[in-house]
Amino acid sequence: MKCKQWLVLIAAVVAMWVSYSALASDEVVVYSARNEQLIKPLFDAYTKETGVEVKFVTGKAGSLMQRLKAEGENTPADLLITVDAGNLWQAANMGLLQTVLSEKLNQSIPEYLRDPENRWFGLSVRARTIVYNTDKLSDSDLSSYEDLAEPKWRGKLCLRTSKKVYNQSLVAMMIAEHGKPQTESIVKGWVANLATKPFSSDTKMMQAIAAGQCDVGIGNTYYFGRLEDKDPTIPLKLFWPNQQGSGVHVNISGGGVTQHAGNVKGAIALLEWLASEQAQNLFSDSNHEYPANAAVKPSAQVAAWGAFKANPLNVAKAGELQVEAVKLMDRAGYK
Amino acid sequence: MSKGESGVKLWTARLFSQGWRLSALAISLVVLTPVVVILWSLFSPDLAVWQHLKTHLLWELSSNTFWLVLGTASGTLVLGVALAWLTAVCEFPGRKIFSWALMLPLAVPAYVTAFVMVGILDFTGPLQSWMRASGIEWQPPEIRSLGGVILVMVLAFYPYVYLIARNAFATQGKRALEAAQSLGYSPQAGFFRVALPMARPWIIGGVMLVIMETLADFGTVSVFNYDTFTTGIYKAWFDMYSLQAASQLASILVIFVFIIVLLEQQARARMRYTTVGKTAGKQVRIQLKGWSRLAAVALASGVMLLAFIIPMTQLLIWVSDVGMDDLDSRYFEFLWHSLLLAAMAALLVVSASVILAVANRYYSDLGTRIMVRVATLGYALPGPVLAVGAFIPIAWFDNQLRDGLHTLFGYDGGLLLQGTMVTLLAALCIRFMAVGFSAVDGNLQRITRSIDESAHSLGSSGLVLLRRVHLPILRGGIFTAMTLVFVDVMKEMPITLMTRPFGWDTLAVRVFEMTAEGEWERAALPSVAIVLAGLIPIILMNRHAQH
Repeated sequence: MKCKQWLVLIAAVVAMWVSYSALASDEVVVYSARNEQLIKPLFDAYTKETGVEVKFVTGKAGSLMQRLKAEGENTPADLLITVDAGNLWQAANMGLLQTVLSEKLNQSIPEYLRDPENRWFGLSVRARTIVYNTDKLSDSDLSSYEDLAEPKWRGKLCLRTSKKVYNQSLVAMMIAEHGKPQTESIVKGWVANLATKPFSSDTKMMQAIAAGQCDVGIGNTYYFGRLEDKDPTIPLKLFWPNQQGSGVHVNISGGGVTQHAGNVKGAIALLEWLASEQAQNLFSDSNHEYPANAAVKPSAQVAAWGAFKANPLNVAKAGELQVEAVKLMDRAGYK
Repeated sequence: MSKGESGVKLWTARLFSQGWRLSALAISLVVLTPVVVILWSLFSPDLAVWQHLKTHLLWELSSNTFWLVLGTASGTLVLGVALAWLTAVCEFPGRKIFSWALMLPLAVPAYVTAFVMVGILDFTGPLQSWMRASGIEWQPPEIRSLGGVILVMVLAFYPYVYLIARNAFATQGKRALEAAQSLGYSPQAGFFRVALPMARPWIIGGVMLVIMETLADFGTVSVFNYDTFTTGIYKAWFDMYSLQAASQLASILVIFVFIIVLLEQQARARMRYTTVGKTAGKQVRIQLKGWSRLAAVALASGVMLLAFIIPMTQLLIWVSDVGMDDLDSRYFEFLWHSLLLAAMAALLVVSASVILAVANRYYSDLGTRIMVRVATLGYALPGPVLAVGAFIPIAWFDNQLRDGLHTLFGYDGGLLLQGTMVTLLAALCIRFMAVGFSAVDGNLQRITRSIDESAHSLGSSGLVLLRRVHLPILRGGIFTAMTLVFVDVMKEMPITLMTRPFGWDTLAVRVFEMTAEGEWERAALPSVAIVLAGLIPIILMNRHAQH
């Protein structure tokens, strides 16, 4: 190529770079591990209401956190939204999030769903509960997570892989409650009762329960909601375990302001809006979840699943004990 | 000429002739950087996590990975070579169609084949549901097992071996085979004694690609919940939050691959494989009769069915089930991004591959050969590991650049390289260098030294030699390399996901968003788009190869 053509090419490339680097000052930049189809409608609604642009990139939680860490002080990200308290705890632990003192947020979000040090806040709640085949079992056959380790369930249990963070958080909370030795024997009991190898997704697991490959399993409420949408006659039902004891294991999706955010005010404003009554329904209903804001009612479909006692232990415990939980599951042979 | 002028001329000439070597060195250094970043972690190991991995997981991960690699390598070797021989040298009904059709599975990402196969053959899938409804007691073998993963990977990766072996067989030159036949060898013996050994370096090259793909794969084994080294790396990194422990595992992988690659290089170096006799001219094909003809048709059709027709049909059914709701104007944006990214990466990789291949040819000392081999190591690293390995040095450089600009010019904006295509393209090129190089180098090696020598004696050398003599002959290899890299980048997911600019989504990212939430049916639409977009270059490549 001739010299002139090279210069034009280089100029174009530089122009492209500069345009990417130049961000509008009141824009909020979000790194989100919550999928695009769930998060985009919310940001669009926010822009419509306030006029503030939201730029975001989606990805896996771990990758986003690595990216934040590598970018350091010069990161463009103002807000990190992710799924599962374990991830949020880890982000705070890595020094990626800053403390936010906001009356609004503290009032909107109950204490056990936010960081004790105010670095992250839950925005929606999901329960990881027992799912069973209604043709084979009824409510009276079930009682607790721990009960599923009993020999009577041999060959009747289906579980999702231990590699998924939701199961890691469940086991972490069990460690917080029962201690390591007892939790390990419970998990070993689960493994002994498996009807088939652990599934790679909750949906596949629930479909296996419905098809009769096994009778009972543990999964997230919103996957059940999606299956219910597709086929209201599916022979599955949710059961709320541990109601006499510590309650159902819950987890959150939520977010926090990044340590080196350029637009702290904008990030806090967006976070407060997401936690507010206007946005909460939009946030949780699209995914069959429960709103974190106690003043907001869940959707009719979700409410129909019944009320339950949730485990009041702060969800941060799930993050604190996650590594222990992973090690424990490896020792117990839970793949 | 004054002394100064002639000195400059000499220096320039020497620089030019060394230019190839320097460029090759630069390329291999770029590729080496993420590998070094990963290996650097060995100096600050995470002992607690490593202890746990060693005690509870390392043996199982190693053994699982070993059997998977062995199974996939053997499967693709046998299948790829058999199909290549049948379509390149034999004649049977439908050969012409099968010849290019057997390449089509290349357009289907392995993780897509995986979730389709599991979706069809698992307990809850249509096959077993129908069997249960019809009262059939027999349960087919479990698809979510080692056998299942191997089956899916062989179906997904055999095109690499098939393509390379087919090219090798087709350019054998009838003289070599005729010579074998005149010595009394039957066609069968001719195959095993002459054709196969001559094609060995290319077949080995193809199998190496398959092995590296298998080692780096994460999407496919996740669907089966099958634990390999790569899933162990993920666990250490994301679940146990230890980048060090993850890097330690990745280093083992890299060292292992490097050893294999060196062994392969040693084996190759001792043989001369340049073509004997003319490669042009119509080839007389071996006519298959009777049961061997039936077997050939059955094999080719069976593979087409399992590797392409059934997955595509299932995907199309899912697309029509879920409806075209997801298809909006943004889909064309995803498609455009995928195509653009793939095209840019293909151009960069092939240019670099040509430089490497030429350097390898002109300077065949050990240093250059090692350098060139190193440049292809990126392929063995799992996508996200490579992404982080590429990300960290670029982020560091970016921060220095930004701080420097701030000090010098008071620049107050954000990072410059971050959020642009630089990181993404760099990581992709590093990852797929091996693919491009394999295709180009294989072709270059078939050009005899005597052609070089005759060209030299006629006065052309250096760049002229390249342009006038090598490039035209290399065209086939370059075209193949571009197609393979193009299709691979279209399918690639972890690196694109992690390093892409804001709002810059591709079709593969879309597939991830859907499968991450277990919504496999909704992942069908972007998957179909990926396959269709990849089919065109593949068909073009085939047309080109046949002329």
